[in-house]
Amino acid sequence: MGSSDSFVKFDKVDKSYDGETLVVKDLNVDIPQGEFLTMLGPSGSGKTTTLMMLAGFETPTGGEIYLEGEAINKIPPNKRGIGMVFQNYALFPHLTVNENLAFPLEVRKLNKSEIEEKVKKTLDMVELGEFGNRMPLQLSGGQQQRVALARSLVFEPRLVLMDEPLGALDKKLREQMQYEIKHIHERIGITVVYVTHDQSEALTMSNRIAVFNDGKIQQISSPDVLYEKPENAFVANFIGENNQLKGKVKSINGKNCVVTTDHGDEITSLKINVNSVGDSSTVSLRPERVEINATEGNFENSFNAKVKELIYLGDHIRTRVEVCGNDQFIVKVPNSYKGANLKEGSTVKLSWKASDSRALDLR
Amino acid sequence: MNETTAGSILTTEGIPLKVSLQKAERRNKIRAILLVAPLLLFILFTFLIPIGDMLLRSVDDSYINTVFPKTFKEYKKWDRQDLPSEELYKTMFFEVKDSEGYAIGKASTRMNYAKSGWKSLLKKSKRKFKKIEEGPYKEQMIAIDKKWADMEYWKALGVMVDATTAGYYLNAVDLKYNVDKEVVRQKENRRIYNHTWVKTFKVSILVMIFCLMLGYPISYLLSTLPLKYSNLLMICVLLPFWTSLLVRTVAWMVMLQQKGVFNNLLVMSNIIADENRFKLMYNETATIIVMTQILLPFMVLPLYSVMKTISPNYMRAALNLGASPLHAFWKIYMPNSVPGISAGCMLVFILAIGYYITPELVGGKDGQMIGNWIAYHLKTTLNWGLSAALGAILLGVLTVLYWVYNKLVGIENIKLG
Ligand SMILES: Nc1ncnc2c1ncn2[C@@H]1O[C@H](COP(=O)(O)OP(=O)(O)OP(=O)(O)O)[C@@H](O)[C@H]1O
Ligand SMILES: [Mg+2]
Repeated sequence: MGSSDSFVKFDKVDKSYDGETLVVKDLNVDIPQGEFLTMLGPSGSGKTTTLMMLAGFETPTGGEIYLEGEAINKIPPNKRGIGMVFQNYALFPHLTVNENLAFPLEVRKLNKSEIEEKVKKTLDMVELGEFGNRMPLQLSGGQQQRVALARSLVFEPRLVLMDEPLGALDKKLREQMQYEIKHIHERIGITVVYVTHDQSEALTMSNRIAVFNDGKIQQISSPDVLYEKPENAFVANFIGENNQLKGKVKSINGKNCVVTTDHGDEITSLKINVNSVGDSSTVSLRPERVEINATEGNFENSFNAKVKELIYLGDHIRTRVEVCGNDQFIVKVPNSYKGANLKEGSTVKLSWKASDSRALDLR
Repeated sequence: MNETTAGSILTTEGIPLKVSLQKAERRNKIRAILLVAPLLLFILFTFLIPIGDMLLRSVDDSYINTVFPKTFKEYKKWDRQDLPSEELYKTMFFEVKDSEGYAIGKASTRMNYAKSGWKSLLKKSKRKFKKIEEGPYKEQMIAIDKKWADMEYWKALGVMVDATTAGYYLNAVDLKYNVDKEVVRQKENRRIYNHTWVKTFKVSILVMIFCLMLGYPISYLLSTLPLKYSNLLMICVLLPFWTSLLVRTVAWMVMLQQKGVFNNLLVMSNIIADENRFKLMYNETATIIVMTQILLPFMVLPLYSVMKTISPNYMRAALNLGASPLHAFWKIYMPNSVPGISAGCMLVFILAIGYYITPELVGGKDGQMIGNWIAYHLKTTLNWGLSAALGAILLGVLTVLYWVYNKLVGIENIKLG
């Protein structure tokens, strides 16, 4: 029952290692051709396991995986034609860079000149043309990483998997490589499934991000939607910074609802992940969407707050306030005349729009 | 302040940097030397000096010169055409007569290697010379024993006049000096060493190959299993180390004899007839089987320690790139395990080539190795010179093998742990 429009399809996939706990539960994902999909999630959430099932090194305990409409559960890893970049690169230490790249081509019995040409072309693509005769250990971390990338692409696979490929690099190199991988993806239009637990990496690189927690996909959508419109409290909390106010739904009014906090304040929010009056809810709100002492504009929510702490961060001032019974509420105040006037201990007025606050499930 | 005067850098206190560095390092050097000194001394006295002594002994021929110094001086004047002059007979007479009995005994043993018959001749003469009061001696000596008139005996002395000899090395490869100091082959029925050498290498290589064949899969399994199982299996592999070598060897004797467990089982289950029992004990087969079992851990340990460091991701990557499991193993896993293979093979081969106790106990006549001959000459015939020569050849062969190995594979490709 493979679907024709999706390139990779996970259909109700379960995985258990020990027969007691499911590390991947009822996984359903469709990946269209040419997409850059990132799996993002905390450690132990089942990302690597999912990738390993796709590559063929683990077999699903239940469900089926389809590649181009073909069920691949029974196909061994060497027959899948999927490229993979391993976390520690797994470059063959006894072979030169050229030999590493030639390996998948020799296995496929290409003739010598063809192999040479493809190896050269792919090495040039990752800008390592002159390093072909080096041994992998004679390369820097970033260069090794690029060789691993080149090796996973050289045999023109249908799909490339990458498991935290940049995990071992320092921050600067990491960012540089993020762009390089992204550009290569755009240039050759290959489908990529990428694993990371670094959210900024996920946000920069992906077409879509699947947020994993506890073996389940919590939300799968494009980076902006994920950030702007998280569908549950885990995603809201995991992606970016976010303020949470807990309470109970008092009334529902079309798209909006009113949540009464334990402190008694009433917050008007978008109704996202609550169903009926009386449900417990977490209201989620991005720090940059809160105005301090707003003089104009149309805000549904306005509350008095006490300034607890000011942290000077150059372009903005991170302000911790107590509002609606939550003293960990963060507001980002631009470093303008407004910010300059703030004092610890003073009282300010906070305002935000109903469309910026989202009533989610309780966590 | 750091200053540069006349090209040398000074430290803050004005001492040249180099001098100051040397001073600092000298203390470290002394400390290092003191730390290794006990071991160094130990090795010097228990290993290097004995080995040096062995090498000297294998060419040493000086003892006989201390028993017959005057005779040998006189001997050098002899033309080797006719019987020696009265003068040579006379010096020989007095040196035999005046020497201590045990010195003559020891010297005659050596002389017997050059020409058999010397020993009995000297024994008889020593006894009878006492009765001879005055010269001329030549006739009287010949009267005691006709051998004194035999040119062969006199000529054979020529092999021994030098203080060093290659004779033991010649013996070790079934050659010898004839009485004219020409190198000739041993008599047909006395050629034993060459085929023992061949057998020693054959057995060692076979044992090495069997150990590798049995040890490689086990090590692979050990390196991939979770720790709690691999520890248990490791204990099983090391079990042989816990029991005495003798106990294990005797257990094999019980197993492999013609009326032993193994043959009994085969007969009982009607696989072979009672009169066709396999001869598995007291021959070369027994030597190979038992040595393989005893030396197996020396193969498994280095293999395991190397395989443990080979990331399972290499194999995964190879599969992922499209290689069949066999191809991936052969092209990726195996080359990465070469340091372990080298170390294991080297260890097993070196241990096997000098092995002594197992062939002695289970090898019978046909399963003896060069180590058994070394022990035999050391303990039974007391021909230490020959023992030393055999040992030195063994040492030389291993050194050459090591050198060849280093040229071919590179010594950095050995990893013992
Ligand atoms: N081979 C295995 N045997 C048993 N349990 C395993 C095995 N591999 C992973 N697990 C378990 O499965 C769960 C998910 O692991 P997985 O490696 O998929 O996490 P992950 O999301 O990749 O985490 P990380 O970000 O730390 O790499 C974990 O609880 C882990 O302990
Ligand atoms: Mg992982």
